[in-house]
Amino acid sequence: MDVTIQSGFSAAAFEAALAAAQEPGWLRDSRRAAWRSFLDLAWPARDGEEWSRTDIRTFKLDQFAPLLDGPVPSVEPAGLLRAGVDLAGRLTAVNGRITAVELEPAWQQRGVLFGNLSELLSDHEALLRPYLDQPLVPPSYDRFSALRAACWTAGQLVYVPRGVVVDQPLHLLSVIGDGAADVSQTLVVLEEGAEATVLCEMEGITGTDAGLHCGALDIIVRPGAHLRIVNLQNWGQGTWHFAHQKAVVQRDASLQWTIAAMGSRLSKVNQHVELAGIGASSQVNGVLFTEGKQHIAYHTLQHHRAPSCRSDFLYKGALQDKSRIVWRGMIKVDPKAQQTDGYQRNDNLLLGAQVRADSIPGLEIEADDVRCTHGSTSGRVDDELVFYARCRGFTRKEAIQTIVTGFFQQIFDRITIESVRDALALAIARRVREYA
Amino acid sequence: MKPTLSIRNLHVAVGGTPILRGVDLTIRYGETHALMGPNGSGKSTLGLAVMGHPNYEVSEGTIDLDGQNILEMTPDERARVGLFYAFQRPVAIPGVKMADFLRHATTNVRNPQRQEGEELIPMRVFREELRTKMEQLKMDAQFARRYVNDGFSGGEMKRAEILQLAMLQPKFAILDETDSGLDADAVRLASQSIAEIGREKMGLLIITHHDKLLEHNPPDFTHVMLGGRIVESGSAELAEELHRYGYERIRRAYPEADAQNRVMAHEEVA
Repeated sequence: MDVTIQSGFSAAAFEAALAAAQEPGWLRDSRRAAWRSFLDLAWPARDGEEWSRTDIRTFKLDQFAPLLDGPVPSVEPAGLLRAGVDLAGRLTAVNGRITAVELEPAWQQRGVLFGNLSELLSDHEALLRPYLDQPLVPPSYDRFSALRAACWTAGQLVYVPRGVVVDQPLHLLSVIGDGAADVSQTLVVLEEGAEATVLCEMEGITGTDAGLHCGALDIIVRPGAHLRIVNLQNWGQGTWHFAHQKAVVQRDASLQWTIAAMGSRLSKVNQHVELAGIGASSQVNGVLFTEGKQHIAYHTLQHHRAPSCRSDFLYKGALQDKSRIVWRGMIKVDPKAQQTDGYQRNDNLLLGAQVRADSIPGLEIEADDVRCTHGSTSGRVDDELVFYARCRGFTRKEAIQTIVTGFFQQIFDRITIESVRDALALAIARRVREYA
Repeated sequence: MKPTLSIRNLHVAVGGTPILRGVDLTIRYGETHALMGPNGSGKSTLGLAVMGHPNYEVSEGTIDLDGQNILEMTPDERARVGLFYAFQRPVAIPGVKMADFLRHATTNVRNPQRQEGEELIPMRVFREELRTKMEQLKMDAQFARRYVNDGFSGGEMKRAEILQLAMLQPKFAILDETDSGLDADAVRLASQSIAEIGREKMGLLIITHHDKLLEHNPPDFTHVMLGGRIVESGSAELAEELHRYGYERIRRAYPEADAQNRVMAHEEVA
């Protein structure tokens, strides 16, 4: 199907979208304020630490256009995480528009809100307004956050009321085709004592699509709630991916967050976990796999704001061809966050002669009774391991696939969702090629 | 005719330094050979060269299996035609379970024509066989779920090598100090295991310093390596002599090889 893409992120297009959306006045006002920030701000400069290793000079916003009222391509995206899994709900977004939402009636009856944030806003304005008034990453943070706050069309909501335990996963699948933009605002809120598993998956239509994703993921885990969330980023390899992801974990709540980044042309993701209440705990499992000329940059922050919290971040990356991974991690411990237990680690496996991995762990500790450890390694596949496996009949390619899968196994061992574990292992094994 | 592994005038260098200087050795299916010799004499080099380690350059000589030249083969092709080397120092492969590793290895070795991506031996069939073999070797079932050699004690690594030997059932196996690092009981168990696997069902080259491994596996032939050559061959009695009296007689009898051995042993330490 032909898709008419209207001219891009112009003032006229912005106003037209605003007029068409029929949103509450306060939201229109905040979008306008964000739009002004967007106009005032420049794209991030390379002289600051955050962007010094990530070059976006060839990124041209004009090449992408948000779909307004035009038709969306009729695709039936499959996703890697849906197969064979009984889901409590499923949502599909195509080119920045929510195209399908299903939620099992049992969960509807128990007050779970799931689906299109813009639509749910009309019935639940009082509940949802605070989250949109005060997004976890302010629109003024940089030009991407301003653009997202002004122009988001793909609004996705997961809201689980107090004490409700959703025992089947909720799946959010976003798809971008060539030339399209997905500007998204995803909001996940677990009220006190609630539990849920949320699978967020992003994929290209063809695998090579040159699209744009600019999005925010706001996660709030209230006291005693437990969230498992997965971000599988598998955009087409021409797609630009800019994301701000932040979670606030409150007293005695827990968050298990699994990140898998395999797609896109260039990714720049800020991932921030705030341990906001006593006894909060978070585990982050990051799997990065790059090939071709892909560039994937993760800036992680584990911010301990309350005593006796735990954060455990493990990122593992493997790089092929001429690709590049930038990982910069920070554990920040506030003065009152005594008895902090913080861990961060990034290990990279260099599979090509021309790859590059920059791994920069960091600590900023202002409390005196804490245990924080960090570390990083980057190395090549050990030839002696390859020889050992070949002596047992493995071809060179099989040996390397096996060693790479084993390298990631330490992370897979931590992921408690079996279908996710299996899908990731398979997706990675398929990508590993023989190299010289 | 019995399958034969035939090594002729083998010269091997590592990083340009000659290690093996003309090794001749013929092993027939069903025979057990002991290979002894002081440190640095080239015993492990022979094993690694037979498997085709990329750092071991063969500058002269031939290795044939049943008349087929294996020097042009990759290490995995050599494994698939029936060669096995039990490593003196096995490496760990973190994150890869013994059972998964062995299932893949066993599939490839038993189906030499298998292409990458084709089906492995059915899980149920494989598990049953692995369980049986591990019971025979008195190994804990937990072993199969551990990662290959990862965090294994010296003894566990050697037993893992024996388990692989039992599963892969090669035509010819070279056991490189499979008894080192084991206590007396473990050596006895290893020796019995090798005997049970059926040394009559393969050609066996046992590289060892000790006679314990040979007790349960009496060699048909014993060879002494010195300075990168096999300087003397004999019966099981030669192994006993060397075990009892050491290598002094050999060193005196072959002064030129001894001089080369001293250089090589020195470089190995350095």
